Amino acid sequence: MAFFRLLRQSPLSARIGLAMILINVFAAIFAPVIAPYTETEVVGDVWLPMSTDHLLGTDHLGRDMFTRLMYGARNTIAIAFITTLLSFFLGALIGFFAATLGGWTDLSLSRVVDILMAFPTLIFALIVLSVVGTSIGALILVIAVLDSTRVFRLSRAVAMDITVMEYVEAARLRGEGIWWIMRKEILPNALPPLVAEFGLRFCFVFLFIAALSFLGLGIQPPTADWGGMVRENAGAITFGIFIPLWPAGAIAFLTVGVNLIVDWFLKIASGLKD
Amino acid sequence: MTHLLNMKKIVIEGFSSEEERWMPIINSLDLTLDRGEVLGLIGESGAGKSTLGLASMCYTRGGCRISSGSIIFDGMELFGQSDEFLRKIRGVRIAYVAQSAAASFNPAHRLIKQYAEAPIQHGKMNFHEAEKKAVDIYRRLLLPDPEGIGYRYPHQVSGGQLQRAMVAMAMACTPDIIIFDEPTTALDVTTQIEVLAAIKKITREFNTAAIYITHDLAVVAQLADRIMVLRYGDLVEENNARELMANPKEEYTRALLSVRTLREERDLSATEHDVVLEVENVSASYTGKADEKVLEDINLKVRRARTVALVGESGSGKSTLARVITGLLPPLEGKVIYGGKELPPALKSRDRTTLRIMQMIYQMPDTALNPRHKVSDVLGRPLTFYFHMRGKERDQRVKELLEMIELAPKKYKDRLPGELSGGEKQRVCIARALAAKPDLIICDEPTSALDQLVAEGILKLLQDLQNELHVSYLFITHDLATVKAISDEIVVMLQGRIVEQGVKKDVLAPPHHKYTELLLSSVPEMDPDWLDNVLEERKRKGIVMREFV
Repeated sequence: MAFFRLLRQSPLSARIGLAMILINVFAAIFAPVIAPYTETEVVGDVWLPMSTDHLLGTDHLGRDMFTRLMYGARNTIAIAFITTLLSFFLGALIGFFAATLGGWTDLSLSRVVDILMAFPTLIFALIVLSVVGTSIGALILVIAVLDSTRVFRLSRAVAMDITVMEYVEAARLRGEGIWWIMRKEILPNALPPLVAEFGLRFCFVFLFIAALSFLGLGIQPPTADWGGMVRENAGAITFGIFIPLWPAGAIAFLTVGVNLIVDWFLKIASGLKD
Repeated sequence: MTHLLNMKKIVIEGFSSEEERWMPIINSLDLTLDRGEVLGLIGESGAGKSTLGLASMCYTRGGCRISSGSIIFDGMELFGQSDEFLRKIRGVRIAYVAQSAAASFNPAHRLIKQYAEAPIQHGKMNFHEAEKKAVDIYRRLLLPDPEGIGYRYPHQVSGGQLQRAMVAMAMACTPDIIIFDEPTTALDVTTQIEVLAAIKKITREFNTAAIYITHDLAVVAQLADRIMVLRYGDLVEENNARELMANPKEEYTRALLSVRTLREERDLSATEHDVVLEVENVSASYTGKADEKVLEDINLKVRRARTVALVGESGSGKSTLARVITGLLPPLEGKVIYGGKELPPALKSRDRTTLRIMQMIYQMPDTALNPRHKVSDVLGRPLTFYFHMRGKERDQRVKELLEMIELAPKKYKDRLPGELSGGEKQRVCIARALAAKPDLIICDEPTSALDQLVAEGILKLLQDLQNELHVSYLFITHDLATVKAISDEIVVMLQGRIVEQGVKKDVLAPPHHKYTELLLSSVPEMDPDWLDNVLEERKRKGIVMREFV
């Protein structure tokens, strides 16, 4: 109920953002019901223009663009969302841990993260994925771990500022354990910058998956994913065909939606007034 | 005769983002200032004194605006003038000295470069001339090594010297008016007196008019010819300084003037009250090295239901001692004894009961309360943690605690710290400490961030609670007025050592240790002649502050 009350007071931008996300989620869930064709079905010629048969035209193999966009939403949103969540869980947990304990724990965790960050992420992902294979699970895990290094840095820095506050000292003096301090004292105060970062990282994960797909180690064809679809159809641009703009637009659409919601949340959480 | 500055019917508004409209800060005030006159603006935080002071150079802070009125300076109307025009006046003819010199200087440039900026910018003199004049002004402000001090960086001089360097900066163009915005509030008393003396000397020598903004009536009494008392943007009272001190007309002024006397003398024979906490031969260092001690050979006792005041200036080690007692900083040598038993030195090895019996109250209630925890959670957590209270039992106790600190439970229990005033926050901190049913509360400057009248309320509350609950206080403060008001015993610290300790009566009565005397004599009194008298007496006795630094 509280959520609905909040929603009623929400600004227009947040409602638009929410609508954009809901459209995507709806498409993702009901793809098999709504989509006119199946995900991998070749239905016509290559790069057909828009028509009543093919609402958004066809792709480089003659598959229906509209259908694939909907199925793509399923894979892309789910994978990107789970990956980002996982990377934030890992990064924030270890970051808070390092900041709260300090000393050697902080030093060693930070150096491990430095080592991970010293490798270009793409190269690192390629090495790991070529060893463990390109299952969806491995993909999620590898990207999440690599991404969590950045989350670690942010959450450690934010938590560092909070641990020196007297209310944290008061909790320590009370005898609270580290888990309570991290969960109740640090997390609520560190949330605003982390959520802002979440919106951004969520979008980067899309692009990273697309990059991996381009190198053949991401989501494997014929499974539809937006990043992959941009890449597959990129050649069309040289012929003046705007087909690859559809999946690119879909990525942009979702990104904008997510960030509108993030902005709204930040405003509530931080009490910031403009 | 025409005034040097004549402000008429000034209305200043600030934009409230919560209500999305302009709210009045200053309600149609008049202010006049003559050449060579010092005007004191006094009031609590939010009274609008800084806002009014800044408006004298037709300047407002971000989010504020002067909406109507007239500001006539030396025959020129400033209100409504272009920025270009005002820029030629600000810094040259009207200068400003901010509260925190440490935050106002650019740490990357030498003092003299920052000094010379205004005169060079305004084309008054070149760097060479500015250098010469700086040395002269530094000398007049009694700064040590006036030829060399300008070539230091801000971090290389002390707080009091930095504040004087800032006064020198304001003096660079020999302005007609200087606005002093609480220039000594952030300083220790012994440093404050030097800055006050310097300000008084230089404004007299140059016959500069000044607006002196402060919340401390005793300070302003030393400098001002005339005083305006402000509250909520209105003028409460305005009068000649001596007249106002002698015959305050308004109730509010009288409240500000009243000296705090809360505690009657109590019998403190050692046998009557058992010792709660004992600190024995404690030495401590932050680096763990024996030659970098910040505390040396500290011995003190806190008795049940009594208050020990720990007095000293910043850097004297008072807060460090609190950290040693609470276990945040294990001592190098010595023991902390509670109820006859030695406590484990480190926090980690203390059990819950040990933690429970010692609670802390901090200086800044803003940072001592988690901004995301409701009042009921703040108070409820120690109840659950120490006494395993839950549900109704816990709610009931939270209610009792809120009543104890004189806040209506219904109104306050669901509020977040951001929705409380400074004094209310400090009360919640006190309740949090009380929730643990402690024997000893360590109060680390609990009133120094609060307005005078609010602080008095807090002290009175602490006093009442002590009488009711028989809790002991170790009261850390630099404010001797507070010490006089509430302590039973006094411990005076200087550079990590105790220089004098004992029952209040004995410590406050002569003969004093030299440092105690310096400290005591530096506390401004509500007497316009106090500063001159003290300085004269020090000259006669040959006491120099620098002996102790």
